[in-house]
Amino acid sequence: MANFAKFGNELYSGKRSFDIVGHRRRWFAIAIGLIVLSGLLVGIRGINPGIEFRGGSEFTVSGTSNPDPQLAQDALAEVNSEQVARVTTVGSSAIRVQTEELTDTETSELADLLAEAYDVPAGDVTSSFVGPSWGADVTAKAVQGLVIFLVLVTLVMALYFRRWSMAIAALIALLHDLVITIGLYAGVGFEVTPATVIGFLTILGYSLYDTVVVFDKVRENTEGVLDQTRYTYAEAANLAVNQTLVRSINTSVVGLLPVASILFVGAFLLGAGTLRDIALALFIGMLFSTLSSIFIATPMEVVLRQRDPKIAAHTAKVLELRERRVAEAEEVGLSADEVLAGSRAGGLVAGRHLGQGAQPRRRAKR
Amino acid sequence: MFGTVAAGTKWSDATWTPSLALDLEGGTQLILTPKTEDGDPITSDQVNEAIRIIRQRVDASGVAEAEITSQGGQNIVVALPGSPSEETLDLVRRSAQMRFRPVLVEAGPGQIDPAQLAAAQEQATDPSAVDPGAVDPGTVDPTDTATDPATDPATEETTEPAADGVVRGTVGTTGTEVTTPPSEEPTEEPAEEPTATSYTQEEIEAAAMTASDTNGDGVLSDEPTAEPTSASDQAWITEQLTYDFYMLDCTDPANLVGGGGDDPDAPLVACADDGTAKYILGPMEIAGTEISSASSGLQVTESGTVTNDYVVNIEFTSEGGEKFATVTERLASPEQQANGTNRFAMVLDGLVISAPSVTEKIPSGEAQISGSSANPFTRDQATALANQLNFGALPITFEVQSEEQISATLGTEQLERGLLAGLIGLILVVIYSLIQYRGLAVVTVASLVVAGSLVYGVIAMLSWVQGYRLSLPGVAGLIVAIGITADSFIVYFERIRDEVREGRRLDAAVEEGWKRARRTILASDAVNLLAAIVLYFLAVGGVRGFAFTLGLTTIIDLIVVMLFTHPMVQLLTRTKFFGEGHRLSGLDPEHLGATVSAYKGRGRFRSAEERMSIAERRRRDAEVAAESAASPEPAEDSPDDPGGSADESVTSATAKDGEK
Repeated sequence: MANFAKFGNELYSGKRSFDIVGHRRRWFAIAIGLIVLSGLLVGIRGINPGIEFRGGSEFTVSGTSNPDPQLAQDALAEVNSEQVARVTTVGSSAIRVQTEELTDTETSELADLLAEAYDVPAGDVTSSFVGPSWGADVTAKAVQGLVIFLVLVTLVMALYFRRWSMAIAALIALLHDLVITIGLYAGVGFEVTPATVIGFLTILGYSLYDTVVVFDKVRENTEGVLDQTRYTYAEAANLAVNQTLVRSINTSVVGLLPVASILFVGAFLLGAGTLRDIALALFIGMLFSTLSSIFIATPMEVVLRQRDPKIAAHTAKVLELRERRVAEAEEVGLSADEVLAGSRAGGLVAGRHLGQGAQPRRRAKR
Repeated sequence: MFGTVAAGTKWSDATWTPSLALDLEGGTQLILTPKTEDGDPITSDQVNEAIRIIRQRVDASGVAEAEITSQGGQNIVVALPGSPSEETLDLVRRSAQMRFRPVLVEAGPGQIDPAQLAAAQEQATDPSAVDPGAVDPGTVDPTDTATDPATDPATEETTEPAADGVVRGTVGTTGTEVTTPPSEEPTEEPAEEPTATSYTQEEIEAAAMTASDTNGDGVLSDEPTAEPTSASDQAWITEQLTYDFYMLDCTDPANLVGGGGDDPDAPLVACADDGTAKYILGPMEIAGTEISSASSGLQVTESGTVTNDYVVNIEFTSEGGEKFATVTERLASPEQQANGTNRFAMVLDGLVISAPSVTEKIPSGEAQISGSSANPFTRDQATALANQLNFGALPITFEVQSEEQISATLGTEQLERGLLAGLIGLILVVIYSLIQYRGLAVVTVASLVVAGSLVYGVIAMLSWVQGYRLSLPGVAGLIVAIGITADSFIVYFERIRDEVREGRRLDAAVEEGWKRARRTILASDAVNLLAAIVLYFLAVGGVRGFAFTLGLTTIIDLIVVMLFTHPMVQLLTRTKFFGEGHRLSGLDPEHLGATVSAYKGRGRFRSAEERMSIAERRRRDAEVAAESAASPEPAEDSPDDPGGSADESVTSATAKDGEK
């Protein structure tokens, strides 16, 4: 992966730079488009609630050699003719039958009939019953937790970065991730179960985690940005994003690999279930968290920061100085590019005196 | 930590594998929401009391390792391993009621002892004339240890019901201390000899039959011999009831299930909740709902001084107070006092929780229960009794939120597949970091292994000490944690590389990079930990298991990065392979594009030519020479082809970098 390291080197030194902050209008437009689309999907298609939210009875028949959904329908018709079962195949040898709420006697009757129909021992048919308010309870708790978490984390971030703009930008990126993940769920039509809600909640943590890492570099690069005239705030922030780009890519790949393997194992080997529900929510959410920490959070932070008159004045000053230098250079006959290229060299953070540490190491005497 | 677990496995019941939650082990899980009849909010005390009752029912029904917990302070989660019977499930779902009933007969917990009965019959002139209430129970009197084949005479005192005490009005209390249970008849004296022989069930049944069939017709009559005049009337005791009473064995946990369902208008045979006594009780006199509140505390005498005795104060509603006045008036009457039936039992969920005696009429609707002088209440006992009474005051019914059966095979399959997914994920992470970080991947893998074994150890220890159970969402949390833990290393390594790129020597770069990475790692882990804590305390069900593992792995991640990864990298930089930046070490300065600083000072910058190292310049020159030798035409200055450089080897790519 020599090229990737080189890519990282160039990004770090500013030799190669993606103007992410400069094109912020484009990213915001895309983000707003996606959010609107998600809203429409949720509005029109609606979220497909799992049995935990609908309430009802669920039967799982495992170890059958003939997973034919019709058998389950027939069995249900014998017990309660008015209902239609939702039958899903789980893995290769198990099926899941979901019905509306059944009484206790109907439940045990249907379990016996299913065992007979699929030719499995009665112990292999398991039944569950979920009250309609159970899922709602979980969600209510989750939303309560979400609000408290958001308030706390905003405070923590504002304290850590000493800037409200960063906390707010991180929150906006987070909401963007959540809305898009929910929208995708509505679009794909996957069931939303409490496990999915767990997945959504984890995205919170991950999205913020990712944004904090990027913002930490932005903070480092923009420390004392007002004391120099080489970069505007936006440029310094953009360099930070570029410098952490390799980290972002590596982190998201490393984070997504285990999730992808859960998703793979969950979806292809286990079928519907807790693992798949969590993994899908996480996969989408983590992917968008990484994207939003690069394309939404930092540009948003720059937008918020530029409302600060000090920063705005500094930006104007830097640009003015630069124009003057370009004009001077052109008079001498140099191209503007050369002058500007020269101004991008070197790290943003000044080195410090390393003392003894900078001296060559003495060879150990043998 | 592993030592602790090892010691635990050896000397206690710890195991090396963490215990699994229901969704992995298989079993039945019920989620119940307690509801009061009038929709009042439920206090956590009540939820705890409800849990205690369910636990007593489940434990007594013989289901091992049931887990009953409250969730979010509101719901009660009952997890039963295996597939429990429908009766057990019914038992869990049933609501508990409290009722006050008069005590008609009390006896020790064991079944009737045939030998003793025979002895009693020898002594008594006419056994069939014996009145069941007055005489027969005497043969199974609690002070008579011979009735209980399993206990030896030494336990004589302890078999006396401990819950007995005195109930008084809170105002104007006088009255004697606890009265002894039904008087000892001379007929039982011969039975005092130790009879440790155990009897077959048939023999006991036959003895109980003989003893209870008072009219000798061989049929157990279910009709009282006379119309009972009050709830305390001994006429309530029918032959059938006596037989049931004799057969009831309160030392058998199966009989301490409780479960309510008793008919308030009929007499009842019941055990004490601790299994130390059994009772024949009259019909209900006062329902638990007529208690307005109960509390425990130190006794305050009339004169206002506080004694050292713990008491339970009950306050009745106005209606309940009137009923209580009537009941206590009757119970305190001389004839009731004389035959020892001046007691009432508080029956919660079909079990007698306390049976104090009454010595006077209590008209105020406020009563005080104190322990007997021989056996005063401890603080805990008083608190427990007050809680039970409060629970009875507001009976809660359980609404079944969800009832889930997970087959053991499905659970095992999920766990196996989950672990498989984790293994695949781990291998992919290792491969990726090998490609990205080469030699440093060793550090990553070693750190992940250390983190993994720490997490495993903590979970094994927690499941031993705290009864933590690993659930499927918990496993998912662990798998996700692989990524988040590995990210700490990535942040760290990237920072080191950044410093190397700045041109620092490797050991300095490690120190400098660590300082900066530490800040970032601390900040981002703090956010994660915050998320885990908030979720853990507010969420319900699976979310909790997930939040727990997330928080746990975050903390372990911090520990590993601080105490293992960083020292290990420091050590490795002293080796030749890493310290001198071998090509495969992942810290190769050339590979990382470390160059001579572009900044010369005084606002001047070095040109690309100047920024090349001597080695690079030589290599470039050699390449140019080689190319010019290969091609007949004189070569250009340098092969300036940025597009093509991507496929070439590390060294030549870097050489061209320098030229651009």
